Amino acid sequence: MPEQPLIRLVDVHKRFGANEVLRGVGFDVPKGDVVCVIGPSGSGKSTLLRCINALVPIEQGSIRVDGREVNDPKLDKLALRRKVGMVFQQYNLFPHRTALQNVMMAPIHVLKQERVEVEARARRLIAKVRLEGKEDAFPGELSGGQQQRTAIARSLAMNPDVMLFDEVTAALDPETVKEVLVTIRELAEEGMTCVIVTHEMGFAREVADHIYFTDRGVIVEHGAPREFFAEARDPRTRQFLSQIL
Amino acid sequence: MRALPRGTDLPVLLPVAPRRAAPGGQAGRLRARHGAWLALALLAALAVGEAQAGPGEDSIVAAILRWTPLLGQGFALNVAMSFIAMTVGTAAGTLLGLCQISLMPPVRGSSRFVTQFFRNAPWLVLLFYCMLLLPFELRIGGVVIPLPGWVKATFGLSLPVMANMSEIVRGAVQSIPFGQWESAESLAFTRRQTLWMIILPQCVKRMLPPWMNLYAILVVGTPLCSIVGVNEAMTLTNDALAAEARRELLVPMYLYLLLWFFLYCYPIALWTGRLERRFAVDA
Ligand SMILES: Nc1ncnc2c1ncn2[C@@H]1O[C@H](COP(=O)(O)OP(=O)(O)OP(=O)(O)O)[C@@H](O)[C@H]1O
Ligand SMILES: [Mg+2]
Repeated sequence: MPEQPLIRLVDVHKRFGANEVLRGVGFDVPKGDVVCVIGPSGSGKSTLLRCINALVPIEQGSIRVDGREVNDPKLDKLALRRKVGMVFQQYNLFPHRTALQNVMMAPIHVLKQERVEVEARARRLIAKVRLEGKEDAFPGELSGGQQQRTAIARSLAMNPDVMLFDEVTAALDPETVKEVLVTIRELAEEGMTCVIVTHEMGFAREVADHIYFTDRGVIVEHGAPREFFAEARDPRTRQFLSQIL
Repeated sequence: MRALPRGTDLPVLLPVAPRRAAPGGQAGRLRARHGAWLALALLAALAVGEAQAGPGEDSIVAAILRWTPLLGQGFALNVAMSFIAMTVGTAAGTLLGLCQISLMPPVRGSSRFVTQFFRNAPWLVLLFYCMLLLPFELRIGGVVIPLPGWVKATFGLSLPVMANMSEIVRGAVQSIPFGQWESAESLAFTRRQTLWMIILPQCVKRMLPPWMNLYAILVVGTPLCSIVGVNEAMTLTNDALAAEARRELLVPMYLYLLLWFFLYCYPIALWTGRLERRFAVDA
């Protein structure tokens, strides 16, 4: 019997007022897999990620994360979010705290872990994202790529089961995109379960176990990278790929 | 302090006060030249006064100097009232401002109403209400606490301070980019933790200049208390003028009082302007 997927979405519907953003999205993310979601702007990719860690509620359908039903009024949202890390396009570091403090805050105040132990782990994580020496820098003193890697370290400090990345390189210069992608790829290679929304097709092809293409709130095409890029059948997908590639 | 990377597009790092200072500075802010005009006007008024002084009368300058210690006493009361009203108003206003961003509609609605009411009510009306409605002493258990006029007036002044502070807090919290809330939420911080550890610390800087502006406005508002009979600088100036009964003293004396207020408020204005400029590039 196959193992239960870490994330299972079934027929997820989400609307903002009259705007139906998700219209029946479903997919599985097995543990340790890397799933990339691509699609045109406004197709609901960010909303999809926000639904997975209950930042926005869904109207219909089911989202299960590690067996926990997200669409349950009695859900312990904080418990869910401790297990789901999220990294945003705009980094959203806390500008009044140093890089190290940004990484340490949540484990200390949310997980109530020992400061000494948290600090040691935070320093290791900062080294892991190649930011040694920047521990005491404030976000305003870091480049976009450095901020984004700090944000990744900050999420990792919670020891999440899964990481959600929402167009994390979209605000970066072309040269710094790579350093962030390298960090994410290393995570993926270590077996971290990742859901990655991205416009970096080359990266998606390289790192993904499975690619989903969304348009107007539904998944119109999906497949392993090789087939996805070579044999996309849906006209919308083909058009999108021809624009991007 | 911290330099901003050139050409950043981070919302969190955008300048707090993006509006550039207009050439010649911001309207309404005290400037050195205002003080210069004031000093000139006082000199002119003194000259005119001296010319009008009858033979055998004291010089105007001597008369003003004679009343200066009393005026100073009155001014000390103005300063004391402004300190107390600012302290009380800031504390109450911070609470009220936090209620304004509460997720509970009744709390939010009522605190908005209170804020708008006291922000828009004329200060003098509030002062009269406090003078007339508050008792002249408080009995708590067996202890009797007298409430002299100046205490009631100070309470009256702290009400508009509270309301303005409430708006300053609400404005500052709402000026923090939504992404800060969202990333804190995704790290499983509670709303209260987010507010106290992430949002409010970023607000302090933004609130400081408007808060100091508020204080300057409050100081200039304290002479209103003379109308309700508090012995502050304005009342004592009136008393002095009545005792001297010399028409030519009138204009120089009030200008002199004005100069006191200018000398007190100008350094605050300078400092506020400096903070505003620093935060504008610093963010
Ligand atoms: N909080 C919200 N309130 C109302 N409408 C929203 C909200 N968040 C998103 N939307 C709408 O939902 C739709 C999908 O938005 P979403 O951000 O999920 O798209 P996206 O696929 O991530 O696009 P992009 O590639 O531009 O980031 C858009 O039409 C957007 O206007
Ligand atoms: Mg998006």
